[in-house]
Formats: sequence, C-alpha cells, structure tokens
Amino acid sequence: MKAGSSRREFLKTSGALVIYFSASSVLSPLGVAQGPFDTHSSHIDPEKLDSWIAVASDGTVTAYTGKCDLGQGMYTAQTQLVAEELRLSLHKVKLIQCDTSMTPDQGTTSGSQSTPTNFNSLNLALAAATAREALLGMAAQKLGVPTDQLTIEDGVISAKSGEHLTYGELIGGKRLALKVNPAAKRRTPDEWKILGQPVPSMDRVALMTGTFEFVHNVHVPGMVHGRVVRPPEIGATVAKVDEQSVAHVPGLIKVVVRKNFVGVVAEKQFQAEQAAQKLKITWNPGPKLPAQGMFYDSMRRLPSEDEMLVDSKDVDDRLKNASHMVKATYRYPFQAHGSIGSSCAVADVQADRATIWSATQSVYPTRACVAQLTGLPLENVRVIFVRGSGCYGLNAADAVSFDAVLLSQAVHRPVRVQLTRQDEFTSENYGTPCVIEQRAGLDADGSIVAWDCESWFASFGGRPGYDMPGNIVTGMLAGFDPEMVTPRPVTVPAQEFDNGSNAVPSYFAGCIGGKCEGAGSIRSERVLTHTVSSPFFVGPLRSPRRIQNTFAQECFLDEISASVKADPVEYRLRHLRDRRMRDAIEAAATAAKWEPRPSPKRNLRTGTVPGRGIACLAYEGDNGYAALVAEVDVDQSLGRVNVRRFVIAHDCGPISNPDGVRNQIEGGLLQGMSRALGEEITWEDHKVTSVDWQSYKSLPLGIAVPAIEIVLLNRPKEEATGAGEVAITLVPAAIGNAIFDATGAHLRQVPFTSDRVKAALVARL
Amino acid sequence: MEAISLKVNGRVHPLNVDPDTPLLYVLSDELQLRGPKFGCGLAQCGACTVILRGQAIRSCVTPVSAVGNDEVTTLEGLGTPEKPHAIQEAFIQEGAAQCGFCLSGVILTAKALLDENPKASDEQIQQSLSNVLCRCFAHARMMRAIKSYQRSRV
Repeated sequence: MKAGSSRREFLKTSGALVIYFSASSVLSPLGVAQGPFDTHSSHIDPEKLDSWIAVASDGTVTAYTGKCDLGQGMYTAQTQLVAEELRLSLHKVKLIQCDTSMTPDQGTTSGSQSTPTNFNSLNLALAAATAREALLGMAAQKLGVPTDQLTIEDGVISAKSGEHLTYGELIGGKRLALKVNPAAKRRTPDEWKILGQPVPSMDRVALMTGTFEFVHNVHVPGMVHGRVVRPPEIGATVAKVDEQSVAHVPGLIKVVVRKNFVGVVAEKQFQAEQAAQKLKITWNPGPKLPAQGMFYDSMRRLPSEDEMLVDSKDVDDRLKNASHMVKATYRYPFQAHGSIGSSCAVADVQADRATIWSATQSVYPTRACVAQLTGLPLENVRVIFVRGSGCYGLNAADAVSFDAVLLSQAVHRPVRVQLTRQDEFTSENYGTPCVIEQRAGLDADGSIVAWDCESWFASFGGRPGYDMPGNIVTGMLAGFDPEMVTPRPVTVPAQEFDNGSNAVPSYFAGCIGGKCEGAGSIRSERVLTHTVSSPFFVGPLRSPRRIQNTFAQECFLDEISASVKADPVEYRLRHLRDRRMRDAIEAAATAAKWEPRPSPKRNLRTGTVPGRGIACLAYEGDNGYAALVAEVDVDQSLGRVNVRRFVIAHDCGPISNPDGVRNQIEGGLLQGMSRALGEEITWEDHKVTSVDWQSYKSLPLGIAVPAIEIVLLNRPKEEATGAGEVAITLVPAAIGNAIFDATGAHLRQVPFTSDRVKAALVARL
Repeated sequence: MEAISLKVNGRVHPLNVDPDTPLLYVLSDELQLRGPKFGCGLAQCGACTVILRGQAIRSCVTPVSAVGNDEVTTLEGLGTPEKPHAIQEAFIQEGAAQCGFCLSGVILTAKALLDENPKASDEQIQQSLSNVLCRCFAHARMMRAIKSYQRSRV
C-alpha cells in the first residue's frame, strides 16, 4: 500500500532534503552551534552513520534522533532500541532528541510515524545495527578472529579465548566514518533482551519529583517575558494600538506590533501580563461566522477540493437494485488539542543568529519558518526541542515559538512567551469538523452489496511545514499567507489505493486498476471526499480524519447489521478479509465475553440500561490494527452515558515496550471518551465561546474510571507500526454503538452530550 | 515592589516583588522551581497546585502576599529523585503519567486529602479531584497510584 498521507511526506522526500542540505552547506556555514562531529547542521546527512551514533572513549554511546518524546514514551523506546542493537545496558546509551544543530532532519514527530520510521530496518534502527556490525568487524580484525566466533555483552566484544575489546577501545571518541548500511541485520524479536521489555519510562522519577525540565522551565541569562494580544475576533485586524495606555506599567520594555501581530515585553511575567491586559487596541472587526447550528449544512454548500478515493462505477445501479438500503449522516465537531499547559517558548534572536527552545514537533520545519520570519539565513537559526505539555498534534507550540521569535527580535533580548488559556483555546489549529453521508445496499441474505460514502471536511492552515508560517495564527497575523482550500472537482479518480486517512471503510475491497488492496470484500464501492474552507484554523489533532471517518463507518456498520438483525461481530467478520483485523475482532470479542445477538438489546425504555458496542480499525490502512468493545450504562431520564468497561485487542507488530504501549492505549481510550462525550468548540457571531475549562468540557480526574482490559497481540514477524492513535480512533464509534445497543437510539453527532442523547432517545422508533 | 520573605520547601527566600504577583510566577520565575506549572491561570486545571497550610491551593490565582509566614510546599518539596515521598514512589511504581505536566495537581491534591482524611472513600477521592485535569488521560494509573499510597499508610 502506498504511504499516502501528507504526514508521511518526509519518508518520501527525505532524499530531496539531503540534497537541499548539502547545497545550503556550501553557501554559508553555521556559526551558531557546533554539531557533535564538528559539522554544522546542514551536514547532518542521514546516510552517514556518524549522524546517528557516536561512541565515547568510555564505551558509552550517544544516539541522535529526529523523533522526540512528547510524553508518549519515545525517549525510552528509542533508548531501548539503540541499547538492543548495540548490546549495551540502557544506562550506557544517551539519546539526543530533535536539535537542528545535532540531529538528522526527521521532519515532524507525529501521526504514529515514529515507530515505523525508526524501529524497522531504516534510520535510527539501521544506524545502530550498522554500528554494531562495524564494531564487530573491527574487533574481528584486531583479534584475528572471525565475527561469527565473537560475542558481545554490554559493549564488550569477546573471543572464545577470553581476549576482548570494548567499544571504547575500538573507536571511542573517533568517528565511525561509514555509511549507514541498508543491509545491516537488525536483531530479531526472538533475540531481543531490552526491546520487548516493559522498561519503565526513563522520565518517571524526574516527573514525579517535580525536577523534569519542560520548555516552560527554560531560563536563559538576560531573559525577559512576553505576552501576546490576539485579535478578539477571528479575522479582526489592527486599526490602532495606543502604546500610551500601558506607558505606566512598571517594567514594560516594549509594545511590539507587526501587521496584525501585537505583543508586549516586560521585565517580569506579571508585568507582561498586566501590560497585555491593559493595552488599548482598536480592532477592525472580523467577518461574521456561520451560525453554529447551521454549520454542518453550510459546509455542504461551500466550494470544495474533491478526491475520489475509490469508485467501482456501479454503485448507483447496485444501490437502486438492492433488496433494501440503509442511509445515515454523521457529524463531528471542531475539537481542541487543549494541552494542559498553555504553550510556552523561549527565543533569543540576535542581529545575526537565533536560538529557539521550543516544544515543536518539527524542529527543522520550525527552523525554516523562523528564518522566514526573521530574515536570518537558515543556517544561523537553531531550534532545540524541549518537551512541553502533551500536544496530541499541532497545538500552539509552534505559534508560541513564532511569538517568542517576533518579540525577541524586536527587543534584542531573549524572550519567554507564555500563552494564556484563552490564547490557546481561541486561536489554535482545531481538529477538523466533518459531515459524512453513508448509503449501503443489501442483498436478500442481508449482506452488503454496495456502499457509498461522501464526506465534507473543513480545512484552513495546518502545519507550517518548511515554508508556510501563515498556516498558524502568529504567521498569519505577521503577514504570511495561510494554506487555503483550492476548489477543484475530481477529474481523475485515485490511481492507487491509499487509505492514509481511513476514508475508505475497512469493508471495501478497495479495487483500483485490477488490484484490490482494501481490507474487506465489498466490490461495489465509492468514496468521495470534499474539503471546504474552515472559518477557524485547522490542523492535525490526534487521529486527524481517521477518528471522524471511523466514527461514521463503524456506527453505520451497526446500523446496517441492526437492520438485518445480525450480530455486529459476525457481521463485521462476514465483510472483512484482512487477517489482522479479523484476529483483533475475535480477540476483543473473546476477552469481552461478547454475547452474539443483534443490537439493540431488549431493554426497558426508561431508567438506566446497559449496552455494549464494538468498533474495529486498520489504522491508516496498514499502520496498526485493533478492535474495541465498550460497555455503557445509559441513564435515559438524564441522557447520561457512563462507560463501565473497555476491552481492546491491539496489534502494532512487534512490541518495543509493552508498558509504553499500554500507557498509550489507556490514555487514548480515556481521551477518546472525553472527546466522544463532551468536547466541542463553540462560537457565536464573531467569537469562539469555548475559552476555558468551564466552557470546553474535559473529563477530570474525578470520574469513575472505566475498567480497561488490553489484549496485546504481539506480531514479532511483522513490521513495527504506530500505536499512539489506534485506540483513540475507535472510541466514539464503540461508545456510539453501545448507546444504540442499550437504547435503540442512534447517536450520529459527536459529542454525545446529555441533550443529544435525550434528543436521540425521543427520535428513536 | 516590596521586600518580602517567602518560605518554600524548608528554605526562606528574601524577595523583592510586587505583592500582587501570583505565587506561581514567584515560584517558577524568581525561585526557578519546576514543580508548579502554568496551566490555565484560572484555577480550573490544577497544574499550578502547591500545599499551603495543609491545603492544596492554586498558586496561579494566589497573590504572593497572601502566603504570609506560612510555608509553601511544591511537588519538588515532597521528596527528592533519590528519596521520593511515598506518594511520589507510588506514582513512579505505577508509571502514572504520560507528559507529566499535570502532576502537581494530581499528586498534591490527593496528598492533601489523604493527610486530612486517610480513610477517604473512593467517592471522596474522586470528589477532591473533580477539578483536576490530565489531558493525556493517565487517569487509570493515577487512581491506582493514589489508592496504593492510601493503602501503604494504614
């Protein structure tokens, strides 16, 4: 299958990037910070082993990675990986993450791509395997013993005679000066000693004792404090800034205005906060927003950029001739990343160079955008990743990094910018809303013969990438253009099957040009997607489009199976060919003691009633497999949904760290539950009205936490896949199906608030 | 600006600050402590929690002048990496975090409750955490860690 989503662009274009760096290095060498090998940033060539691995004279190893720990456990897992391949104990491996003067450009840490990128036979894993083979080869030469008669134990290579050499003795402090060997042999899961173990996350003790350094804790000598003043309305522009209004604020250093970007800098944080609150700005109002109640319908009328992902050309005919047809429309709202910590960054922009301490997922793209914002040469900008609070996608980490850069450049001092909660909620890049229409035709046996799927997603801006600072609020305010939707009808349908956004239901055969690469058996199939312009910034939020598509498909599958009184598990299996999906469904059903019967259960129509639902997924088509059973109680008088239990079967290939995977699954399930039950961005005529934790509902710690049972399906012979977004993707669908099972009411719009549940109960047949 | 002294984690710090400054800014900027963090500035999430007079309070909305002579305890004041406090040890054992930004709110709120009421019921523990947020949703592990700490004390 093709790796089609844009978040996989790096993998496809890394060759081009290498050329780009080589060219720029000739033009102007970096004077800011020396890389680990006396190279400058543009020399960090992923084909060179020294870009990834350095052996010190004491035999310890430093590894350099472009995939960073956002709280998802990548620091620990990658340390395990390097330790495993180099046969070292964990404490002898040091990992340097995401620093443009030290680490290779691995694009963005996102989209469940870190494991597939660095844990198969590529990149960091391949580099570590290359280094082990090279060290073994050197030892063989020095000891005069063939490599197959040498053993490695914790960085010591020994011959049977007892003669031995340590890594430090072999190469310590010197360059390996080799290319990463594409044929280097990785240690297999059955040889693993450190990978595959539930190694406790290495940040644990520092986190629990309050000593871990977040980007919020970075202090730079001479650092002052900034705050931004975002437009009060979407699209408002600056008419006048009255600097006199804050002239009396103690400690004020400067009011900074750049087009529509406004910020203040003061000696102390409290002073900056007061100046930002008191600064009088006259704004030209922004455009009126579409009424929230009519928003989904309005999306369908907007000009759109279209894609036909699969079209067997016979769908209309087959639907017309079907024995009966099922139709339904699903809606998913704008949701916020809502990081617990409002975003923060520190920038030190000097006349000829800049250093940014940032929680960005994308140090290299951020560097390129900062060069554009400041006019500095690319080589003179260094971006150092320092962890922020969990981001779950494109939160405001990039925007606040740009804010700090603009303010620091204006005052010629290092500036720390802390966004407010309102800044974060009103102008982050929300998760995309959508409307999805589904139609399916059934034969006399009740099996699906044709399925038609048409969706409308809203988009505006997105990840800034290497050259689009306007894709996020700060860049746009400073005068850079955001990426717009270009209306374009489908001229040619897709030439290759690509399910990177899970837009194609798993039950489709996915036949294009005679090749059928879908996970299912339905051959009369059509998927048309429309992308329309959003009134707000939109960007990747954990499982972008995948959670929305999966909600619509998996709830629709239950509507269909209910219409023919089939058991939802049996009905899924009836239409699925993919072995890993089938295995996940069967494992989840067994673990949950699934009782085969059609939904809904025959419950009373009053009081609190129980129900169960299932949903399944091949994440991005081939990047993780899972099935989830949710068990709920629905209080029919209050419209309240209480999730009692989740049972998930989860297959992400060979498991690097079972504890890390479980942590991701548990968090994903509960975050998915919060998003399914309560999270929704709201707005009025001109303004976003969900601006804090009272108006944007996140399930707090003090809930009755559902029981979570996880079946890890270990697949040592398969490629490693992502695991960060698989579980969450299933949650709205599994809960929606469980509510239907309990009550017979269809919840076709997320979130399932008590008002929506009550309305659905009234509407049920 | 005013000269004040602030007692934090067993040490007294002479400071020269605007008395209206939120305690959080003094702790994180002047004293460069890493435990309490800015989450919302609105007392809605808990990330800035510290313990004052036995109570878990939100330092983002507490002016430094309100502290007086009482001692402030932050997350790093409970125990050290070498010798964590029992509740920190319980969180370490359970791996009860992802990003870990929210931990001051979770750990200190639970500790303050269990110090006052060691036999708190599950409902009372839930009630005390009803406006503490963790956006990575490490809830299951956190509740296990809190229960394990509670059991270890009786």
